[in-house]
Amino acid sequence: MERDTYLPPVRVSVQSGLDAPRTALSQLLEDLSALKLDVEEAGTLELVVAEALNNICEHAYSGKERVGPIDILCRHGADGLHIAIEDEGNPMPDGKTPLGMPANVDTDMEDLPEGGFGWFLIRDLAKDIQYERKGPRNHLSLRVAVGLHPAA
Amino acid sequence: MELSSHTSEGMRIITVPDARIDAAVAIEFKDAMRGMIEDAPERLVLDLGHVNFIDSSGLGAIVASMKMLNGERSLALAAMTPTVAKVFKLTRMDTVFDIYETVDLAKFDVAS
Repeated sequence: MERDTYLPPVRVSVQSGLDAPRTALSQLLEDLSALKLDVEEAGTLELVVAEALNNICEHAYSGKERVGPIDILCRHGADGLHIAIEDEGNPMPDGKTPLGMPANVDTDMEDLPEGGFGWFLIRDLAKDIQYERKGPRNHLSLRVAVGLHPAA
Repeated sequence: MELSSHTSEGMRIITVPDARIDAAVAIEFKDAMRGMIEDAPERLVLDLGHVNFIDSSGLGAIVASMKMLNGERSLALAAMTPTVAKVFKLTRMDTVFDIYETVDLAKFDVAS
């Protein structure tokens, strides 16, 4: 069953940095509180957005003391939350989002990966992932299929 | 990040008091774990009962903590909340660690 009303679009803007993902996520979840997402849904949304923001802070704005804006726009639709994230950092390598292959865990302990899970999690949990470089800005859009049913 | 611990009968239980192990604290967490591991007995259990969110950086920090033990001692995980369990399951890291539903179950298993 679809909702008959949708939340108005939510916008969150933060400056990149170590605490940026936390700050942005807590504001985003607060602004979406009317959706009454359950723990599972909120966890999925938070993970996807956290990994996207981590990548922006660590890679797009990598280099010495480089900071810049991160703008998040979240629109609520019948098929979930449509999230657009923009930044003014470095473009994605080769102009594409990373493949996000699953990490190899069938290996000796000393060879277990300690990173590289981010894009795998995004691809696993989000849909309709699109990336575009427009002038000085990265535009990443994706959909998280949560908030589909009316709150009880 | 301050971790707390309790050691008895060859086992150290390390409790994470924070609600998040994410990119903002992953390095701090790893450093705190190094301190906890140094003089720990053979069996370590990480109590994640207060942690309701972990991202890939936090996951990497827990994997790094286990690697500090060089396979000579063990690190089990206990009391995972749903979102934390999901991250371990999706990345298949749940196959790498011994995972207990509660800290008490971890104690019981170790004692038996």
